[in-house]
Parts: sequence; C-alpha cells; structure tokens
Amino acid sequence: MRAPTTSLPLVLDRVGFSAGGVEILHDLSLRIEPGAPTIILGPNGAGKSVLLRLCHGLLSPSGGSIRAGNVAVSTERTALVFQRPVMLRRSVLANVAYGIVGKHARGRASALLERVGLSHLARRPARKLSGGEQQRVALARAWGRNPEILFLDEPTASLDPAATRAVEDIVGEIAAQGVKIVMATHDLGQARRLAGDVAFLHKGRLLEHTPAATFFDAPRTPQAAAFLRGELLT
Amino acid sequence: MHDLSHAFSLALQLAASGDPGLWQIVGLSLQVTLSAVAISTLLGLPVGALLALGRFPGRNALIVIFNAAMGLPPVVVGLVVYLLLSRSGPLGEFGILFTPKAMVIAQSILVFPIVTALSRQVIEDLWAEYSEQLRSLGSNAAKSIGTLLWDGRFSLVTVVLAGFGRAAAEVGAIIIVGGNIDGFTRTMTTAIALETSKGDLALALGLGFVLLMIVVLVNGAAWIARRAGERLAGA
Ligand SMILES: Nc1ncnc2c1ncn2[C@@H]1O[C@H](COP(=O)(O)OP(=O)(O)O)[C@@H](O)[C@H]1O
Ligand SMILES: [Mg+2]
Repeated sequence: MRAPTTSLPLVLDRVGFSAGGVEILHDLSLRIEPGAPTIILGPNGAGKSVLLRLCHGLLSPSGGSIRAGNVAVSTERTALVFQRPVMLRRSVLANVAYGIVGKHARGRASALLERVGLSHLARRPARKLSGGEQQRVALARAWGRNPEILFLDEPTASLDPAATRAVEDIVGEIAAQGVKIVMATHDLGQARRLAGDVAFLHKGRLLEHTPAATFFDAPRTPQAAAFLRGELLT
Repeated sequence: MHDLSHAFSLALQLAASGDPGLWQIVGLSLQVTLSAVAISTLLGLPVGALLALGRFPGRNALIVIFNAAMGLPPVVVGLVVYLLLSRSGPLGEFGILFTPKAMVIAQSILVFPIVTALSRQVIEDLWAEYSEQLRSLGSNAAKSIGTLLWDGRFSLVTVVLAGFGRAAAEVGAIIIVGGNIDGFTRTMTTAIALETSKGDLALALGLGFVLLMIVVLVNGAAWIARRAGERLAGA
C-alpha cells in the first residue's frame, strides 16, 4: 500500500486559460475529492481536454490557481491518458516501461501488461496494434506511473462496444486500487455507469458540479438538460 | 552503346583482377568518405537536435543557413580549404594540404550541413508528435533527446546515407585539396576525372561502375539493416 494520498482534493480556484488571444476556460472553480470517479461531461470544444492538461500540469492557468492537496500540481503524481495517446516507436513492453523509473521497470511493465490482458503482445510494435489495444497499452503505461489521480481523456471515443467494455473494466480495476479517476467523456451511458459526480462543461464554463444521480435526474441548467436529451448545444 | 558494354566488362575485369592499384584507390575513397560521414554525423546529429529543440535568438537564421549550405558548391569549398591549408594560409603550418586529411576536412564541410539540416527536420517533426506525451511520462530534456534520436533512428539512417551519397560522388573539392596524387590522394572520383581528361573513357567508365556498385552495396546493406530493425522494434 502507498503512503496516504496528498494530491487530493484537487482545487481549482477561478481558473482561466487563454491561448493565442482566445479565452478557452473562464473563471472555473472546481473541487475534486477522493472517492468515486469524477466525470467531466460536455460537448466537443467545451474545454475538457484543456482542463485535464491544466490539472495534469502540462499547461499553466493564465488566471486563478490550481492546488493539488498539499503538493504542487505535477506530472509526477498524476497521469494522463490522452485523447489520442502517442505510441512510441518501440515494443508494447518498452512503451509501458518508458514511464517507470528504476531497474525493475521491465518487470513491472510485464506485470501491468498481464493485468490489461496484453502479455501476448508484449514484444509487438506498439504502433501496429488496434485502437482498442493501443488504448489498453496507454492505460497500462499511465498506471505504471503510480498516479494518485488518473486523468482519462475520452478513452473510448473511437472504440467498439467490446473494446469499450475492456477499457472500462481496467479503469474500474485501477479505481479499486485507490487511484482517483477523473474522466472526460461525451458518452452518456459511460458516464452513468462510472460516475460518482459529474462536472458539466460548456463553452469553457463549468455549469454544474453535482453527484451523478442529481445530474442525471434533475439537471439544474437548461444546457445540461438539453445535453442529456441528446440535443445539439450551440 | 558499345562504349558502355565495353566499360561494363572492363569494370568487371577490374573488380575481378584484384589489381592492387585499384584496391588502393577504392580503399582511400572509402576511407575519406566514411571518415567525413562519421565526423559529420557525430557533429551534425547534436547540432541538429539543438536546432530542433532549442529556442534561442538566431535559431531561424541558423536553420536557413544550414538548409542553404546543403547546396554548397564543392569547388568553392575546395578552394577555401585550399587557401586555408596552403603554405601561406592560416593553417599552413600543419602541412596537410595534398593529404587525405585535407580531403576529409573538405568533405566534412560538405556533409556536415546535410546531416545537420536533415536531422533537424526529422527530430523536430518527431518532437511535435512526442513532446506532450514524453512530458506526461516524466521525461526530462536529456532523456527526451535520447528518445528522439532512438525512435528516429531509421529516418536518421537515411539522413546519414544522404550525406554518404554526397561525399561518395564528390570530386570538385577533393581534387583541389588532395591534388590527385597517384598512390596517395587518388580516389575513384578523381581518377575518373583524370582518365576522362586523358581520353581513356573506358577506364573512366569502368571505375564509375565500380563506384556505383559500392554505393549500391552500402545503401543495400543499410536498407536490409533498417528493415530488420524495424521488424524487431516496430517503427
Ligand atoms: N493550444 C490551443 N490553442 C488555441 N486553441 C485551442 C488550443 N487547445 C484547444 N483550443 C481550443 O479550445 C477549445 C476547447 O478545446 P478542447 O479542450 O480540446 O475541447 P474538448 O476536449 O472539450 O472537445 C476548442 O475551441 C479548441 O479549438
Ligand atoms: Mg477533447
């Protein structure tokens, strides 16, 4: 077992983010607590990916602040599975071992591949794998970083139901290890299956953050209600 | 047509004869070319990586200069190196004009910009794809450079081959700084130039075929190595 988690709660205080003169996130305050997965919902372009990059420490806010428990926001204590994970031009095993420090890296990578059911592909070139398999490699690679928080950016966006199921099972297993899951998605079914709480993002603003049951049964904003009905948001 | 087939059979005869004079010329050619390529690779890869990843004033100007320097005219480079190394030149005291060393220097000046400019492009493209992912996985600058060189190795081999091609085909610079001295600084390309000017076209063409075969062999070996490596590492 690991030392007590220190990156939580993750507290965003009036965070703004601009790039190229365009303000992408506006005055966003959000508190992410330990516990069941936090799901970030919102239509394309809402700012979900930017938000995850900020929380992971790849981007810095242009306004406001992000505090991760009692430590600095850092790529060392959190991990991110990108919307389109980059497979290094190496074997599957070497991809997973890449982010693991120390001489037992390959051994640990093998164990992780076992857990995501890809041991038989360990020596194969990672870039030749199917989309679903690559997503599982990316999960194992992120898991190997031993994160306190695991950010997932639409990890099943382009997968078929079977591959989606495999990814969700792995995410469940990682969560069961005590890793906090923060996942962006626009798949409502997936959100219902996994969410403890839901943060709803629209046009760079956080419109709601409530327990999942509240969000799905009684959304507070017309935008969220429309999103739940499957209507196109403008 | 007749000339060509005659030259081809002459080339085969030459290659088969084991003529020590020929092998001496082939050996020196390879020695000069491979030395220049090795020096250019050792210097050009780090400089290319620095240009690809570094952000400093004058970077864009340097990139343009290296790109332009890929087209340096060999005779001009030869002339400049000649002036530097000649008795009265600033580096004259080393007494290396008309030696293989001078030829290696001249060819390195021609090949270094090629390796630098092309590897800069390869590494920069790979970095655009990799940078966020590597940072996310906790890679620092030193580890990232190693990763880019390793994951780009198959493209970088092609870069080095481009430099090899330039050096192997080159005559203008080495004939000026080497002097084409029989048994000492005569290479395949300078010998071809000499035989052509003497009117022995068959011998010149024969040597040309030998040179072509060597270039094809080197590239073929590199291609096979690349394919095998790619299959194992999965690029
Ligand atoms: N680096 C950037 N520079 C400029 N605009 C960006 C950048 N990254 C994202 N954006 C813009 O910010 C908005 C939110 O993007 P993103 O976070 O990817 O949305 P989502 O993940 O919710 O679909 C989009 O309009 C996108 O075009
Ligand atoms: Mg996104």
